[in-house]
Parts: sequence; structure tokens; C-alpha cells
Amino acid sequence: MTVTETPAPAAPASHGPAVIDPVVAAREAEARQKRITSAQLYLDGVHVSFDGFHAINNLSMVLAPGEMRAIIGPNGAGKTTMMDIITGKTKPDEGDVYFDGIHDLTLLDETKIAELGIGRKFQKPTVFESQTIYDNLLLALNVDHSVRGTLFWRGSRGEAERIDKVLETIRLTDARDRLAGNLSHGQKQWLEIGMLLAQDPKLLLVDEPVAGMTDVETHQTAELLKAINRDNKTVMVVEHDMTFVRELGVKVTCLHEGTVLAEGTIDQVSTNDRVVEVYLGR
Amino acid sequence: MTPHFLTRTLDRSATIFLLVVAAVGILIPLSNLLLPADSPLQVPTYLMALFGKYVCYAILALSIDLIWGYCGILSLGHGAFFALGGYAMGMYLMRQIGSRGVYGNPILPDFMVFLNYKALPWYWYGFDMFWFAAAMVLIAPGILAFVFGWLTFRSRVSGVYLSIITQAMTYALLLAFFRNDFGFGGNNGLTDFKDILGFNIQADGTRAALFALSCLALIIGFFVCRAIVTSKLGKVLIAVRDAESRTRFLGYRVESYKLFVFTLSACMAGVAGALYVPQVGIINPGEFAPANSIEAVIWVAVGGRGTLVGAALGAVVVNYAKTVFTSGALAPYWLFMLGALFILVTLLLPKGIIGTFNAWSESRKARNNANADSAAAEDGVTKPHLAEKA
Repeated sequence: MTVTETPAPAAPASHGPAVIDPVVAAREAEARQKRITSAQLYLDGVHVSFDGFHAINNLSMVLAPGEMRAIIGPNGAGKTTMMDIITGKTKPDEGDVYFDGIHDLTLLDETKIAELGIGRKFQKPTVFESQTIYDNLLLALNVDHSVRGTLFWRGSRGEAERIDKVLETIRLTDARDRLAGNLSHGQKQWLEIGMLLAQDPKLLLVDEPVAGMTDVETHQTAELLKAINRDNKTVMVVEHDMTFVRELGVKVTCLHEGTVLAEGTIDQVSTNDRVVEVYLGR
Repeated sequence: MTPHFLTRTLDRSATIFLLVVAAVGILIPLSNLLLPADSPLQVPTYLMALFGKYVCYAILALSIDLIWGYCGILSLGHGAFFALGGYAMGMYLMRQIGSRGVYGNPILPDFMVFLNYKALPWYWYGFDMFWFAAAMVLIAPGILAFVFGWLTFRSRVSGVYLSIITQAMTYALLLAFFRNDFGFGGNNGLTDFKDILGFNIQADGTRAALFALSCLALIIGFFVCRAIVTSKLGKVLIAVRDAESRTRFLGYRVESYKLFVFTLSACMAGVAGALYVPQVGIINPGEFAPANSIEAVIWVAVGGRGTLVGAALGAVVVNYAKTVFTSGALAPYWLFMLGALFILVTLLLPKGIIGTFNAWSESRKARNNANADSAAAEDGVTKPHLAEKA
């Protein structure tokens, strides 16, 4: 076996498409011209139904690059289904879903979409419980994900440094060698956000990040997401906690029965008659 | 940074396991060949052949643990790959008989003469050469596993459904190999072997060599499995086992990982079958029986799923029990005992023998640490990390 002879990559070379290959550059330039939209994420007229139940109904939404958007709406409004569509878990019956203006997400599977740079945090925190926090982040790093690449993988200083940085950001440095399954609910939420950071995607889909968190933790999470957004990442946050949404201070979209009910600032949306009627209550 | 490849692969229990297998693989053949027959330490040939069978089962158990314990693929048809490897070896041994068969046909094995075959079927070509048969031991199970895995994993068949399909696969092969016109000896299978690589297959020396080779194969198989499960690929496999869709959303092509370990595991099972056949002297379609595959899964469960050492240990322990209990008055009840064993292990020792032992020794270590800490605290020394915990 040649494991011991494989030289460790000097720098995080496979970190994003940083290598400028003339062929790739030409192809990307061509693709830019073909872009059908300048939006980071573009959904138009999307329909999904499960056994006759219309989970998503003529849904259209546009996220600009670097934007952070909060999604609110009652249970069953289609928030999670929308994330399923964007990440390739569910295929829409109708409609267009474009990423970066060039990638038709309806044609790709989960793995390919993740590789394009779309990361997702699930509603119920999903971490690898029987592995350490460090290993959870290691698995999330956006390096070579091929069978051969992982079989002959040897750590590099660059990777270790990136993980250390994420550990610091999510305040789990001291717990790095603990099993993820032993973390508290709030810590698991943070670990999953940390995995998103390690994945370093262009677009982050964050489903109910503060569920089960204390007020202090909620505040810290809002700060963390804002910091991530300032780092030029597009973020979509689904959340029920209105204090949290207000704290984010970003454009809000309210979904209802699989379609956009209202869109605007938190004040505009929360005073919208229809939103009050179906979601916030009088 | 990651520890060195060898230190990573060989932890304490892995090293102990390898040393034990190596010692057994050297001492038993030596005692059989060198000690006089009346010495109490001499291992008789029949016993060595029996142990050799256990060692082959241990390799099969390892191959199942690799996919079930680490990747969550519960194959209830792994006996099929074992049997295919065995048939590949059996075909070589049949061709070695040559004109010494009952009918004295230099090309056709006895059963073909008996069944009025005029010429050797094309798929028997090449099996007169050992290297070809040895390659087929890996290739035949490997190709079947690759095709089967490619179809099922890509369609995301998993869990119980996959287990059921693997059962169907081995059952289908059982029926096919039972047919006389399938060209593999029908229900009698392949037997009456004479020699292997020119050595008499009944001779003590050959038997000792086969035993030692089986132990060597177990050592290599174990080392390969350890290297895989301790690599980053091993972490991905565990991630797939625990949260498959999460792994997909991180950008891993889960089906490629499953296909890789499934195929590798099938090749290992094939090697186990190939070493098994010359030691027991026969291969017949009964080896494809679904019950055999289920039994192999029970060995792994008893020894401890996801521990590798446990899988091998479970194979030896359960089969030793089988040997003991099926040779006495309790023989008709063996299957009931096996079933009861599985239920009891699932209820009382869900981690199996090795898993339970590991958990026990870890909790003891943790308790000792805690005691040491509290003793220190009583001395008036406040440890910063304790204060933090409080």
C-alpha cells in the first residue's frame, strides 16, 4: 500500500475552484454569458405535490449573492420542502430552480448540489453522533470526497487549521475530542453550523437554528449568522422565533400553503393583514 | 495531524489479535507435523482441519462486519460470495483429478461424464491453471457484488429491503447450482479432490500448509479491514451508517462508498470460501442456503458488531459451540439454541462480547479517573476544569 508515501498536500489546494485553469476559465466565462439570472438562488413557478397534497404551489423567490433572508410561516407552509427542492432531495413537478444562474438544480442529485456549494443545516440537528466533534468537522471539510481520496487521505496543516478556526468560532475547542452524541441540544445546533462553515458553501440553508436554545445562545447564534453573512455568503434561515428574526434584521419572506404570502422588512411583514391572520395571530 | 499509518491501524486489541492468530497459525501446524502422535500436545489432523474451518468462517465474519458493522449494510446473502469463491477453488481441484476419476476421462470431471457431457463447458476453461482459479476466487464474487451493488445502491435500496434482496440472491444461486444442467455438479457439488498444486490434499503436510495459509489470509484480511476503518474512508463509512442522507448533503457520493466496501467484502468472503473447500473436501449448493448467511450474521452479532476482532471471535465461539452441541444428544436442538443465542445477545449484550467488554473497560477507566480527580479535590486542590464543569 502506498499510503505512507503519498505526500501531504502542502496547502488546502482543493479548497474551492481557486486554481485558474485556462480551459476552466474559458468555460466559466462562457457560462457567465449564458447565465439566465444574476441571482445566487432563483426559484420560479415551482410546484410539488405529494399524493395530491400541494406542498409547494407556484413558489417564486430570488436571493441575491451575499444576501441573508429569513423565511417564516406556519407549520406545513412548505419551508422544509423548499429546502428539500434546493438541495435535490425532492424533485419539483414543475418550475425552475437555478443556482448561480447556470446550474439547474432540478437535474442534479444531493451530492452534486453539495459540491456546487450549497450547505444545509437540518431542522433536527443531524450530526454524526458516534464520532468526535473534530471528526464531524473533518468530514464536513470541502476537500476531495472521492473514495480513493478518503482512503489515502493524510491530514494537512491547512485542514487542521481550518478545523481549529471553526472550533473556535462555534466555541467547542475544549470539546473537540468528545463524541458529538454527548453534546447538549444547543451545542449540536452549533456543531452543525460549524459543519456548514467547514463545508464553506456559497449558499447556506439553515433550518430552525435556535430551536431549543436559551436566549443568550439565540443571541449568539444571530451574531454568528450575521458574521457568516458578512463573509459574503448567501444565507437562507428558516425560523419561528420572531425575536431572533428581528435580531437578524434582514428581508423576510412569509410562506403559506407553499407560496409566498408576503415579502419585505420584518415590520412590513409582521403588520401585513394576511400574515397576521394565518401565522402570527391577532 | 494524523498519527502514522501503522500506529493508527494497529491499536492494542488489533495487535493482540494479530499475534494470537500468528501464533496459532505457526504452532498448530508445527505441533501436528513435528510432535509424535502420542504426545498430549500433538494436534491431530482432524482437529487442525476443524480449526481451519473456523478460521475460514472468521474471515467470512470479518467481511460481514466490515459492511454491516461499519457501513450499516446488512447482507443476509454473504454466504453466496463465500460459496462462489469455494466453487472457483473446487473447479480447479476437479480439473486436478484428471484421469484418476472413476470414469478416467482426462478432461471431463466424473459428474460430466455421468451426465453425458461431450465437451467441457466454456466456463470451465482455464480452471486447470491455479493462477486462473485463484483470480476467479476474487473476480467471480467481486463481479457479482459489483453488479448487485451497482443496481441496488444506485436505486437507494437500503435497510430491510436490501437484506431481503440479498437473501433472494443467494437463494436464486442455490436453485441454479442445484440444477444438473448448470454445469457445476448439481446437488452433489464438487468433491473427491486428489491434490492441490501437485500436493496430496489428504497429506498432513498439505493440511498444515492450508491451515497456516488460512491464518495468514485472516491476518491480511484483518489488516486490510483495520486500515480501511481507521482511514478517513472509515469515518465516512460510519457517517453513512449513522446518517446516510446527512453524508450526501456534505457532498459524499454514498453509493460509491457502499459499492467499494461491498465489493471488497465479497472478495474477502470469496477467499474464505476458497480456503474452506480444500480443507473440508467438498463444495455443494448447500453453501448457498440462506440459513448459512444468516448464521454468519449471528456470529458477528455475538462477537460484537463493528469491532472486527469480535466478528472473528464470534465466528470461532459460535462454531465451536456448534461442533460441541451438534455431536451429542442435543443435536436436534442446535438451531433452537442458535436462535435463542441470537435473541439473548440482542437483548442482553447488544454490543456483543467484545463491544460489551470495551464498554466495561472504558467505564472502569472513566471511574478511576473520576476517583483520582475527587481525591485530588479532597486534598484541597481545585482543578480548573472541575470548577468549569460545576
